[in-house]
Amino acid sequence: MKPLTEVGEYVLLMRRVFLKPDKPKVFNRQVLIEMDNLGLDSLPIVAIISVFVGVVIAMQTAFNIDSPLMPSYSVGFTTRQSLILEFSPTIVSLLLAGKIGSRISSEIGTMRISDQIDALEIMGINSANFLILPKIIATMIINPILVIISMFLGIFGGWVICVIKNLVTTTHYIEGIVLDFELYSVFYSLVKTIVFAFLITSVSAYYGYKVSGGALEVGRASTKAVVSSSIMIILFNVIITLLLLG
Amino acid sequence: MIEVRNVSKWFRETQVLINVSTAFEKGKNNLIIGRSGSGKTVLMKSIVGLFDVEQGEILFDNVPLSSMDFNMRKTLRQEIGMLFQGGALFDSMTVEENVMFPSSMFTDMTDSEQRDRANFCLKRVNLINTNKLFPSEISGGMKKRVAIARAIVMNPKYLFCDEPNSGLDPLTSNLIDNLISEITQEYNMTTIINTHDMNSVLEIGDKVAFIFEGKLWWEGDKNTILKTDNKELYDFVYATELTKLLRK
Repeated sequence: MKPLTEVGEYVLLMRRVFLKPDKPKVFNRQVLIEMDNLGLDSLPIVAIISVFVGVVIAMQTAFNIDSPLMPSYSVGFTTRQSLILEFSPTIVSLLLAGKIGSRISSEIGTMRISDQIDALEIMGINSANFLILPKIIATMIINPILVIISMFLGIFGGWVICVIKNLVTTTHYIEGIVLDFELYSVFYSLVKTIVFAFLITSVSAYYGYKVSGGALEVGRASTKAVVSSSIMIILFNVIITLLLLG
Repeated sequence: MIEVRNVSKWFRETQVLINVSTAFEKGKNNLIIGRSGSGKTVLMKSIVGLFDVEQGEILFDNVPLSSMDFNMRKTLRQEIGMLFQGGALFDSMTVEENVMFPSSMFTDMTDSEQRDRANFCLKRVNLINTNKLFPSEISGGMKKRVAIARAIVMNPKYLFCDEPNSGLDPLTSNLIDNLISEITQEYNMTTIINTHDMNSVLEIGDKVAFIFEGKLWWEGDKNTILKTDNKELYDFVYATELTKLLRK
C-alpha cells in the first residue's frame, strides 16, 4: 500500500507544482539561479567522468580487437555509439541523481523542518510551485546541455588516448566517429535526458517536501530520493528505448 | 478581530483541541499560554489556515475562514504576518532580501522602492548594517527581529507570533516583547502570541488565554492572572521557585 500512497501523494504534489507561477519575473530569476546551482555546478564532475569514460571505452575496444578483419575505425565508432546512446544520457543522469537529487531533497527538507515552507504558505505563496517548478525547468534545460558536453568530451578523451598510446590513427578514429552517424541517436539521447531530468528533480523534491521531524529524516529523505530516482531512471531507460528504438 | 468558535481538531484518534471558543481583539497583544503539548501551536496553525479544523469556525473580521474561496484565502494570507519560533528566514537570501521578499512577490513596487520599504522596516526593529548578511551570520535575537521586519513589511492586519522569545536571554526577550507590543499599537493589528514565558505575559498580556489539555481553561489579562484560584493555571504560573517567591 505504501508505494501506492507515495505515487498518489507525488501526483497530487505535481498538480500543485504545475500551476501558473505567482510572479513570472521572480520565477524567471529563480530558474536562472537553479540553472547555475544545479547545472553549472555539476559541470566539473560531468567533464572529468566523461573524459575518463571515453578514454576507457576507446582503450577497451582497441585492446579487444584481435581480429585483423575488424577495421581500426571500430574504436571511434564504438566510443561514439557507447557515449551517445548510453553513457552520456543514462550514466550521467544517474550521477546527477546522486549529486543534485540529494541536494534538492535535503534543501527542501531542511526548509520544511525549519518552517520556511510554512512561512511561504502563510504569505499566500504556493510553496510547491515556487520551490519545485524552477528546479524542474532548470534541470530540463541544463541537463541536455551537460549531456552534449559529456558526449564531446568523451569522444575527445577517446581520441587523446588513441594518440598517446598509438592505438589507432587520428584519421581512423575520426572515420569511426562519422561512420553511419544518425542524428536520431542524439535526439533519442536528449529525449531520455529530459525525461530523466524531470524524474530526478520531481522525485527528489517530493521526498524533501514531505519530510517531517528533524535532521535524521532529512538524511533519510535524501537517501530515498537518490535511490528512487535512480530506479526510475533505469526503468524509464527501458521504456523510452522500447518506444524510440524498439 | 479574530474569533474562534467551538473549534475542535483531531490528529487521527487523538483530539488536540476541544471546543475552543474565544476572541482576539484588534490593537491588543493576545497571548495564548499553556504547557508544551497543550495544543496552543495547533490552535495558532488552525487560525492561520495551516491546519483544517474538523469542527467549529474561525472568523477574520466576521468572515468565516471556511466560506473563503482560494482567492479570498490568498488575499487574507497577504494580510497576515507571522513570526515563527526559529524565525523561518530563507537561508539562501540576505537579511535585506528576506524582508523584501513579500513585496517582491505581491506588489508592483520597483526594486529601489522595495529596498526602501525593507530598510524602513529593518530600522523600525532597530537593525542597521545587517542588510547584506545571511541568516547564518546573525544572532538568534537578530533573526527574530528580521522575521518581525519581514512580517510587517506588507502592513499586515494580523500578526501571529509562535514563541517569539524562545531561546533568547531575558533582556533580548523583553526587547522582542516590547517591539511586538509597540508595533501592534502602531499598526493597530490583531496580534496573537503563543508563549509559555510568564515574563511576556506580565509584560505585554492585554489578553491571556490559557489552554490546558486542548481546552480553553481560563481567560483574563496580565493583572488578573496572578490572582487566579484556578488550580491548573496556578500550577502553571507558579511553576518556578522565582514566581513562588514573588507570590510570597
